[in-house]
Amino acid sequence: MNLEKKISPVVRDLPPSGIRRFFDLVNTRPDAISLGVGEPDFITPWHIREACVDSLERGMTSYTSNQGMPELLDAISQYLEERFSLSYHSRSEILVTFGASEAIDLALRTLVAPGDEVLIPEPCYISYTSCVQLAGGIPVTIPTKPQNGFKLTVEELEKAITPRTKAIIVCYPNNPTGAVMRKEDWEPLVELIKKHELLVISDEIYAELTYRGTHFSPASLPGMKEHTLVISGVSKAFAMTGWRIGYVAAPAVLLQAMLKIHQYTALCAPIMGQIAALEALKNGLNECQAMVSQYDRRRRFVVKAFQEIGLSCHEPQGAFYVFPSIQSLGMSAEQFAEELIEEESVAVVPGHVFGQNGYGHIRCSYATSLERLDEALRRIERFVKRKRQKLPISSIS
Amino acid sequence: MTDPLRLEILSLLEDNARLSAEQIAHMLDVSVETVEKIIDEFHSQGIILKYGAMVHWCKVGQQRVNALVDVKVTPQHGYGFDSVARRIYLFPEVQSVYLMSGAYDLSVALEVGSMEEVGRFVEKLASFDFVVSTTTHFVLKKYKEDGVILDEPDKDQRLVISP
Ligand SMILES: Cc1ncc(COP(=O)(O)O)c(C=O)c1O
Repeated sequence: MNLEKKISPVVRDLPPSGIRRFFDLVNTRPDAISLGVGEPDFITPWHIREACVDSLERGMTSYTSNQGMPELLDAISQYLEERFSLSYHSRSEILVTFGASEAIDLALRTLVAPGDEVLIPEPCYISYTSCVQLAGGIPVTIPTKPQNGFKLTVEELEKAITPRTKAIIVCYPNNPTGAVMRKEDWEPLVELIKKHELLVISDEIYAELTYRGTHFSPASLPGMKEHTLVISGVSKAFAMTGWRIGYVAAPAVLLQAMLKIHQYTALCAPIMGQIAALEALKNGLNECQAMVSQYDRRRRFVVKAFQEIGLSCHEPQGAFYVFPSIQSLGMSAEQFAEELIEEESVAVVPGHVFGQNGYGHIRCSYATSLERLDEALRRIERFVKRKRQKLPISSIS
Repeated sequence: MTDPLRLEILSLLEDNARLSAEQIAHMLDVSVETVEKIIDEFHSQGIILKYGAMVHWCKVGQQRVNALVDVKVTPQHGYGFDSVARRIYLFPEVQSVYLMSGAYDLSVALEVGSMEEVGRFVEKLASFDFVVSTTTHFVLKKYKEDGVILDEPDKDQRLVISP
């Protein structure tokens, strides 16, 4: 029996993640400093872990309600209101999921009918395109530009909209570019979104990691709540990636539809994670802010280092990534990343794995201690100097 | 001192003394001149006393003997704890001297090359008039020192590359 043939064509044709191959390469170098890690270098604060340990001692090991523990739903509702001026009813408009990852999948499966188009500004997180395809939709890329700081513009959005466009999935603060969209960046888009009755799936997992000001959610603009599904979670803000707790906040009709899928496919998010997330949201904001100020220092440190190395790098204002261009070196990002790991044992991720306009860029995560960043950047500097010297004279202009 | 900028500079330097004024200025979003001026003040005011490297001597095969000596003393007229402490901390093998509350008065930490040297030091101490008694403890193994974990370097549990 040909098992390969038994696999659904949608899944068979799904390309493997571009990160995979690189992962295998870096794994052969145990001495490497990796700037390829997309999760915090901090460990979940102790009082959060302790809340879970305590609950285990008390024997809390059961299912919870499909939607999530009521106390956690209340805490999420309050948190969204206090931090981002978003008002969602805890019993009808919020759902606790297995990380933001499940929420993304639920949102797409809920909205997308066969043949629907979903707009995806790129470069972006690697899951969106595949999740749209798995939901039977057609992903439509909007390449965002470095000269606009990788923000989405009205012109770009307008050009991509067709009668079949159902939704747009956005991620600000952005992985991999670190771009953020402020209030004034969102405002011009509202009219188009309303006119075409688009739904905005807004992945705000990096919301807390916004520098120079606080995060702005498109759902907080007048009339936009009806058009928006806010997705977030505790993974990045509270250094809780392994706990697998995220959530989605959306108008009740959409939320109930997502809940239907969730109850049949996931039942509920793990209770241990929910208890820890509750503690994080109630008592973890100070630690969160302390971590953010550490990221902010590193961010400035890394941006300056890339400027000194002479690789152009727009200033990222969110998440924990910088996305410098290596085009001036006359090599592809893939070649850059491969030779860098070979010659200097530093791992970065070539930008093309994050989609269009990622070509010619590398993603470097600064979720790593200052000492290691310092060392990694010295090595990158040495590497770039060496590569420059091999350039033909004509390309130095 | 409550100026948050000055405190932030100190905490950065305490963690990594190799940071340049320029790097600190960038991280804290202030001018290099400001940082340089503040660091100069730290030096002149004796707030920053010394820069050094924290060395894991065992890794270069240098066995050092560490001991803690609890010392009971009787301060005499005109010769209080401070004077007693000075007599003790001037010995180069003494790493730290603390005045303690509780069962004894001074806690003296030694770092020397051999057990015999510890013996010789304790003998010297015991011969002082103001010393009533000493109790010596040898350090068998160091797990953590000055906030740094020594026995297993912080292991990064994360996947080397993740999306
Ligand atoms: C933009 C973005 N969205 C979602 C996720 C997944 O988050 P979670 O751990 O909550 O599933 C990540 C993780 O890297 C991410 O970068």
